[in-house]
Amino acid sequence: MRRMKSKCILLALSVLYATPGFTAKQAGTPDDWAIPMHKPGPYWMVLGDRAETGFADGHDSYTWDIQGWYGYDWNRLRWKTEGEGVQGESPEDAELQLLFSRMFAPYWEWQVGVRHDFEPGPTRNHFVTGIQGDAPYEFEIDAALFISEDGDASARLEAEYDLLLTQRLILQPRLEINAAFSEVPAFGIGRGINNSELGLRLRYELRREIAPYIGVSWEQQYGDTADLLKQEGEDTSETSVVVGVRFWF
Amino acid sequence: MKKSNIQPVRSHASGSRRHFLQAAAGAGAISLLDAIVPVWARSMSVLREQSGPGDDLLEFDLAIRAHRMDIAGGKGNVMSINNTIPGPLLEWYEGQDVVLNVRNEMDVDTSIHWHGILLPFEMDGVPGVTFRGIKPGTTFQYRFPLKQSGTYWYHSHSQLQEQSGVYGALVVHPKGPDPVVYDRDYVVMLSDWTFEDPHDVLAKLKKMGDYYNYQQVTVADILDEPTSEARSNAIRTKLAWDRMRMMPSDIADVGGTTYSYLMNGLHPAGNWTGLFKPGERVRLRFINGSAMSFFNVRIPGLEMRVVATDGQNVQPVMTDEFQIGTAETYDVVVEPREDRAYTVMAESIDRSGFAAGTLAPRDGMRAPIPPLRKPPKLTMVDMGMDHGAMQGGGMDHSGMNHGDMGSGGMDHSGMDHSGMNHGDMSSDGMDHSGMNHGDMGSGDMDHAGHDMGNAGPVVARHGPDHHGAGNAGVADLQRDRLGERGTGLENVPHRVLVYRDLKRLDDDFDDRPPGREIELHLTGHMERYMWSFDGEQFHEVDGPIEFNYGERLRLTLVNDTMMNHPIHLHGMWMEMENGHGREIPRKHTINVMPASRVSALITADAPGRWAFHCHLLYHMEMGMFRVVRVS
Ligand SMILES: [Cu+2]
Repeated sequence: MRRMKSKCILLALSVLYATPGFTAKQAGTPDDWAIPMHKPGPYWMVLGDRAETGFADGHDSYTWDIQGWYGYDWNRLRWKTEGEGVQGESPEDAELQLLFSRMFAPYWEWQVGVRHDFEPGPTRNHFVTGIQGDAPYEFEIDAALFISEDGDASARLEAEYDLLLTQRLILQPRLEINAAFSEVPAFGIGRGINNSELGLRLRYELRREIAPYIGVSWEQQYGDTADLLKQEGEDTSETSVVVGVRFWF
Repeated sequence: MKKSNIQPVRSHASGSRRHFLQAAAGAGAISLLDAIVPVWARSMSVLREQSGPGDDLLEFDLAIRAHRMDIAGGKGNVMSINNTIPGPLLEWYEGQDVVLNVRNEMDVDTSIHWHGILLPFEMDGVPGVTFRGIKPGTTFQYRFPLKQSGTYWYHSHSQLQEQSGVYGALVVHPKGPDPVVYDRDYVVMLSDWTFEDPHDVLAKLKKMGDYYNYQQVTVADILDEPTSEARSNAIRTKLAWDRMRMMPSDIADVGGTTYSYLMNGLHPAGNWTGLFKPGERVRLRFINGSAMSFFNVRIPGLEMRVVATDGQNVQPVMTDEFQIGTAETYDVVVEPREDRAYTVMAESIDRSGFAAGTLAPRDGMRAPIPPLRKPPKLTMVDMGMDHGAMQGGGMDHSGMNHGDMGSGGMDHSGMDHSGMNHGDMSSDGMDHSGMNHGDMGSGDMDHAGHDMGNAGPVVARHGPDHHGAGNAGVADLQRDRLGERGTGLENVPHRVLVYRDLKRLDDDFDDRPPGREIELHLTGHMERYMWSFDGEQFHEVDGPIEFNYGERLRLTLVNDTMMNHPIHLHGMWMEMENGHGREIPRKHTINVMPASRVSALITADAPGRWAFHCHLLYHMEMGMFRVVRVS
């Protein structure tokens, strides 16, 4: 698995630059002349969409959802990490994705790569393919299909929308749905839609890059997954108030 | 003799001995004394003496340095020419040779391009196209004969140095009598300054295309609408834009949130002042030397007689306001009669800031500065969208259809778009009867709350090639907008100059009909901040655009984006086909309005490689750049 991962990274890095490179022919100049306009890049970005503390009945939690990219206009290396846990304890869920992305339509890129789950243990790896971009009406969409090393398939859909109340005060509804195509009892996963998170976060952009927010998050478990949770005596739905900061650089 | 760096010196063609130009001590000498006169005291007044140095060479030494300097009310890291921003005002004389020794005192490559000047291409100063650039610690000597006169400018063509301050004004005095009559003569150079590193500005745009835009449509704006009908119209308009993933506030990529706008190097508090005596005729040579800004220029209380654009004389036309695109120039003459101050107001196109100075009978005077007007919004016209189909939610592009546009009688199926051209259309009576422009422009359409702004007749529709994923939209309806006012000036209650008003003064039209037409589309992607021609960034194209030496050709530009792009061709004039036959004006930079189709006639009389690009600095740098090869 580790070998597969490093191969993927190597492949991604080499493909990143693999759009037509510059030769002097674009300008019709002698071969040893400098280039008048460089190929733009590489550029990079880190975006912490959610970095928050949640307050709910009984226990307080923390969540992170951070991603970044590095690369050129068409091809980029993307990484995403998210996870959560109970305050003061190590994470219950933690994952990292490494993806190669390519723009295939004006507002869309497809992604392919690997996902590593650190928690819940034992660690697992998945093959990932997905699309990410802006749908009409400016919905930000991130949809991915995961196939674990054991052959279990699952999917995740995230959608966000930025509603500008003023130039700096922004209300962000957010929906996340997780579904599984096969049951994995060891991880408490049933078949079908497992859970959803509906969030509403209100942020204030002190500057574009830093925006503290408050919000609410409703999590709901469904079907077999909910049943599995009930058997363990846990809640299948939870409402929390969240406080966090959205940042990028 | 101690030699000032900016001193133009007279030298004999054969020798190296240099003298001071004695006349420089006269009335207009201030511009020659930058090194000792502080920048804020510079008048930018042009020499009244117009004889030049006769048979001798005109020689200038320019040194490009990176340093810290007082600018825009603060201290900034600049790159400058001879320690000032703008660099020294260069005055040249038609018919004479000019020599420029440009020394690079920085640790990065640099260059100077003489914007709008016709010259051998090796002297044009575009690194990687016409020469290798000027390496650190070296001097490049430019030398060329002057075959023209008028108002021009010069700037670095390397990386983002123009944004850091490497630009200046240049005036070429005519050999014969000047058809423009005036008593005073000032350069008014407009520019934009940021205390941010220009590379950081670009990196921010790359991560977030609307980073600097704090004029977006918000819920608060919608609630501010006076009636419930207006509110629901505003919501519908917002949804229509959101559906396209575009923004009606996308007027300028970079605005007043980071920019200070300068007039002759001074921010408004610095109050650049041009002196006059009441009754005098004052020539103002407006140069837009900014990196990314368009300006709306007006002088409340004075009407302006426009006498030249891009250095070329035009038949005088009176106006109250004009929009100047990046890299364009306009010469106007004003006649202030009262013994009072007048504000020269240059508002940025997105109204996020302004440059301002004063015309006054005495120093230290100031007139009121008019408040910034409401930020403009783009309309569906700017998107090139079929308006009829835009209404309501469930819009479907495949169903877009002319019939919706109003008259229902339109049929483009028989039209040959490839050969279409404004100039011809307005002059040789091409049959438009089937098109019913009137209806399309403003007549019968149900606007349903969408402000159509200024439209102009639809002259073509977009073909099936949408230029790939690197291009976010296409101008489905391409309009002739040469008769339209600039973005945001649609409804101002006074005269506004439009491109259609411009007619050349001289009878020097090349009567040969164009032998062929080259069509290029201006394309881009605001969200990834990619800019290109025909969807291809410069690094993706497979060679130069070929012109045949001596040929007469037509270049047609179609703007598929929603932004204005000032397109600049080096080395040759573009004769903008604005419907005036043999009187069409010559331009070095043509602003192509959103969703518009513009054509220019070109005589390819300058062999060599020439840059061709959008003059918005970050657009050029991101790939909206080509090389034209004349051979
Ligand atoms: Cu542009």
